[in-house]
Amino acid sequence: MTITVPAFSLSSIGPWLTLTLAAIVILLVDAFSPRGRRGIFPAIALAALAVAAWQTHSLWGKAGVDFSRMVYLDNFAFYFYNIIILGTALTILLSPHYLEEFGKNLGEYYALVLFAATGMLLMAASAHFIMIFLGLEIMSIAVYVLAGLFREDSRSNEAALKYLVLGAFASGFLLFGMAMLYGASGGTLYLSELANRLSSSVALTKPLTLLGLALILVGFGFKVASVPFHMWTPDVYEGAPTNVTAFMAVGVKAAAFAAFARVMFLVFPAFTVQWNMVLWVLAVATMTVGNVVAISQTNIKRMLAYSSIAHAGYLMVALVAANQLGAVSLLYYLLAYTIMNIGAFGVVILVGRKQDQYLNIYDYSGLGFQHPALAATMAIFMFALAGVPPTAGFVGKFYIFSAAVKAGYIWLAIIGVMNSLVSVYYYLRITVLMYMRPAEADLGPIPFTKGVTLAVALTAVATLAIGIFPGFFYDMAVNSVKIFPGLLG
Amino acid sequence: MQLPILTVLIFLPLLGIVPLLFLDSKNDKVLKGYTLGLSLVEFVLSLRLWFGFNEAYGGMQFVEQHNWLPQYGIGYHLGIDGFSLLLILLATLLTPICVLATWNDVQHRVKEFMLCLLFMLSGMIGVFAALDMFLFYVFWELQLIPMYLLIGVWGNPARRVYAAIKFFLYTMFGSLLMLVAILVLYFYHGKVTGEYTFDLMKMYGLGIPFHMQFWMFLAFALAFAIKVPMFPFHTWLPDAHTEAPTVGSVILAAVLLKMGTYGFLRFNMPLFPEAAHYFVPLFCILAVIGIVYGALVSMVQPDLKRLIAFSSVSHLGFVMLGLFAFNMQGVQGGVLQMINHGLSTGALFLIVGCIYERRHTRLIADFGGISSVMPIFATIFMIVALSSIGLPGLNGFVGEFLILLGAFQVNKLYAAISATGVIFAACYMLWMFQRVMFGQCTNEKNKVLQDLSWREIGYFLPLLLFIVWIGVYPNTFLNKTQATTAQFVAQMEKAKAPKITLSQLLKTKGEAR
Repeated sequence: MTITVPAFSLSSIGPWLTLTLAAIVILLVDAFSPRGRRGIFPAIALAALAVAAWQTHSLWGKAGVDFSRMVYLDNFAFYFYNIIILGTALTILLSPHYLEEFGKNLGEYYALVLFAATGMLLMAASAHFIMIFLGLEIMSIAVYVLAGLFREDSRSNEAALKYLVLGAFASGFLLFGMAMLYGASGGTLYLSELANRLSSSVALTKPLTLLGLALILVGFGFKVASVPFHMWTPDVYEGAPTNVTAFMAVGVKAAAFAAFARVMFLVFPAFTVQWNMVLWVLAVATMTVGNVVAISQTNIKRMLAYSSIAHAGYLMVALVAANQLGAVSLLYYLLAYTIMNIGAFGVVILVGRKQDQYLNIYDYSGLGFQHPALAATMAIFMFALAGVPPTAGFVGKFYIFSAAVKAGYIWLAIIGVMNSLVSVYYYLRITVLMYMRPAEADLGPIPFTKGVTLAVALTAVATLAIGIFPGFFYDMAVNSVKIFPGLLG
Repeated sequence: MQLPILTVLIFLPLLGIVPLLFLDSKNDKVLKGYTLGLSLVEFVLSLRLWFGFNEAYGGMQFVEQHNWLPQYGIGYHLGIDGFSLLLILLATLLTPICVLATWNDVQHRVKEFMLCLLFMLSGMIGVFAALDMFLFYVFWELQLIPMYLLIGVWGNPARRVYAAIKFFLYTMFGSLLMLVAILVLYFYHGKVTGEYTFDLMKMYGLGIPFHMQFWMFLAFALAFAIKVPMFPFHTWLPDAHTEAPTVGSVILAAVLLKMGTYGFLRFNMPLFPEAAHYFVPLFCILAVIGIVYGALVSMVQPDLKRLIAFSSVSHLGFVMLGLFAFNMQGVQGGVLQMINHGLSTGALFLIVGCIYERRHTRLIADFGGISSVMPIFATIFMIVALSSIGLPGLNGFVGEFLILLGAFQVNKLYAAISATGVIFAACYMLWMFQRVMFGQCTNEKNKVLQDLSWREIGYFLPLLLFIVWIGVYPNTFLNKTQATTAQFVAQMEKAKAPKITLSQLLKTKGEAR
C-alpha cells in the first residue's frame, strides 16, 4: 500500500514551526545545561518570536490554502499572527524578573508560553473545525499549566484547577457542536464547504444546525469570557501569575476571537438575521455585567478581569454588526487592546513587587507624585481602556460603534457608549487614587527592571501613537477582511 | 508660505510642555515664569488672528485642511469665523492672567499644574477651531482630562474628588451620545451623497429629514446643554466651581462653559435647523427657568464661589435665550454675552481667589467691612460686580440688552420674565457686596488684610479694560461677529419648524433606521 502525501509547503506554517522548535530547544537547554543560565530562555523566546514575525511578514499578502486545505493562508490570519506574536513577546518581556521573585524563572515557563502561542496561531489560520479544536487544545492545555505555575500558592492552584475543569467542559461543548454541524452538513467540517452547504435557509434552520451553532457559541463564549460563560474569569485572572493573566487576557482572547469571527463571518453570514439577536443579547450582557461588576472590585487584577469581560462585550458588538467595518474594527480593537492591556498588567507587576504584595487598588494611592512616570503611563492605559481620545482605545471603540451604527444597530451603539461611561468610573478611580489621594505609606523604591520597563514604555508610546495615527493598521485590517465576501458594506 | 497660525496656536502649548518637564520642579518661580512667558507668546500670536481677520466675510477664515485618516473621511480641518475668533482670544487672554493668579496660590505640584494649564489651552483652541467633527470630538474630550486633574488634585481637599468625578462623568455622558449622533450623521451623509466624511462644512445644508434631525438634535443638545449648563443639567457646576482651585474656576467659567453655547451655534443649529426651530419653545423655557432659578438660588448661597457659580447658570440662560431668538440682535447679544460672562465671571472668581488666598475662607459670613481695609480691591470688586449685574456703561449691559431686544421680537413673555433676572442679579450681587465689603470690620483677622499687590492689580487691569471697552464701544467686537451672525441668521431663517406633533413624529421614528 502506498500512501501519497499531498504536496505542501512548510513555509506556510513557518511561524508555527519556529515557535515549536524554540520551545523544544528551551526545554532541551533547560534539561542539559547546568543551572544558572536562565537568562538565555527569554532571549531564545524573543528571538524565535522575532523570526516568526519576520516569517509572517514574508507571508503577508499570500492567499490560499495548504496542508490538504486545512490551513488558510490569508491576511486575516496573518493580522492575528501579528497580534499574537506581539502579545507573546510583550508577555515574555514582563516575565523574567517577576518569576525570579517567586523562584519560578524556569525553562518550561517559556516553552509553555511558546506552545500556547503556537496553538493560538493555529486557531487563527484554521480552515477546518478539527484544526480549530487542535489549536484550542494546544493553547488551552499550556495555559492551564501556566495558570498553576506558582504551585505553592493556593490561589494559583485554584485558578489552574478551575480553568482546567471549566475549560475542558467548554471544549466538550465546542466538540459536540462540531459533531452536530458535521451531521447537519452531510459530513464535512471544512469551513468553506460548511459555508456552501449551510447557505440555504432550509439547511440553516434544521434543529441539528441550530443546536450545533448554539454549542459552538458556548465553547467560544467561554474562551472569550462572554457573559454568561465568564464565571471563571475573575478567579483565574486573580489567581494566576500576573504575567500569565496578561497573556490570557490578550492572547487567548485574540485567538478565540480569530476563530470565532472566522466561523461567524465565513460559515454563517447568511444566518446573520437570526443569529445576531443572540449575539446582540450576549454582547449587551457581557458589556454590562463586566463594567458594572468591575466598579466594586478592589483587587486590581480582578478589576482588570472584569474589564476584560467588558472588552469582550465590545468586541462582540463588532461581530453583531457583521459588516466589513465590523470585521475591521474587531482586528483594530484587538491590536489596541493587546497593547494597552499588557501595558496595564506591566504596571501591575511593577507596583505589585515582592511577590505581589501590592495588588489592592489602594496601593496606588499617591503613586502619581512618588513615581510620576510610572503613574503617567498607568493613566494613559486607564484612559485608553476607558476609550478617551487620543488613545488607541478611543479609536478602536470609535470603529466598533461606527460599525454598529452602520449596520443599523443604533441602540446597541448607545448601550455600548453608555457602558464605556460606566467603565470610565472605575478606570478613573485608579487615576483618582494615583493623583488625588495621599500615599498611605511610603511606596518605597520600585525595581524598574529592564524587561518590564521596556514593555511598559513601548506599550504606552504605542497606545498614543496608534491612537493618533491609526491609518496604517486600519489599512492593514481593511486588507485583511477582504476574504469574507459574505459581509456587507 | 503663510504661517498655519491655528496649528501653531494649538500645538505651541503642547510642545511647550516638553521643556517644562525638564525644568527644576523645586523652583516655582521659574516654572511659573516659563508658563507665563509661553502663554504671553501665545496671546501675542493669537492677535494675528484679530488683525488678520476679515470682518466683511462671514465664512471660515485661516482655513487649514489636511488629510488625517482619509480612508475614513477624517480630516485635520481648522478654521475660524467671528464666533470662534472671540472665544479663542478670550482663552489666550485669560491663560496668562491665570498663570499670574497662581503665583502665590498654587504652592505644591507646580509643574504638574502648569502642565495642565498648557494642555488645557491647546484643547480649548482646538475645540473652537476644529471644523471636522472627529477632530472636534477629540479636542472636546481631551480638555476634560486637564480640568479633571485641576479640580481633583488642586481642589478643596474635602470634596474635590467627588466634584472632579462628577464633572468628568457628567460631561462624558453627554458627549458619548453626541458621538453616536455624529456617527449616524456620518453614515447618513455617506448614504445620501456617496461621500463619507466628518467634515462639518460639508454637512451643513444636507437636508436631513425632520425625524432624524429631531433625534440627532437632542443627542447633540444634551452634550452641549450639560456643558453650558442649562437647567436642569447644571448640578455638576456648583460642585465643580466650588471645589476647583481659583484658576480652575476661572477657566471653567470663562471658557469651558462657552464650549456648550458655541456647540449650539456651530453644530446644533446649522446642522439641524428645522429641529432647532421646533425646539425653540423648549429651550427658551429652559433658558428662562435657568435665568430666574439661577438668580434666586444665588441669592441664598453662603459661599462666595457657589454664589458666582449659580450666577453663571443665570447668565448662560441669557446667552441661550439670545441664541435661540435666531435674529441679529439676539445672536449678536448672545455671542457678546459669552465674552462678557467670561470676563466678568472670570474676574469675580479671581476676586474670590484673592480674598481666599488671604483668609482661607469663602463664606460671606466671615467677612464684612473689607472695603475699609482693602480700598483698591473694593474698587475693582465693585466695577466687576456692576459689570456682572449689567450696569449701563459696562459690558454686561450691552450683551443683556441686545439679548432682551432679540428675545422681545420673538416672544414678549420670555423677554419680560428674563428681564427680572437682571433685577435679581442686582439683588444678589449687591447684597453679597454689601455683606462682604461694607459695614463694620468686626473680625480681627480681617483687619490686617493686605490690599492688592501690583501683580494682582496687573492681572485685573486687562480684564477691567475690556469690561469698560465693551461697555462703551462694543462695536469693536460686534463688528467682528457681524458678518458671521448675518450669515447664520440668514441660514436659520430659511428653515421652518414643520407642523408635526410629537406622537406623529414618534411614529415615523422607525423609518429613520
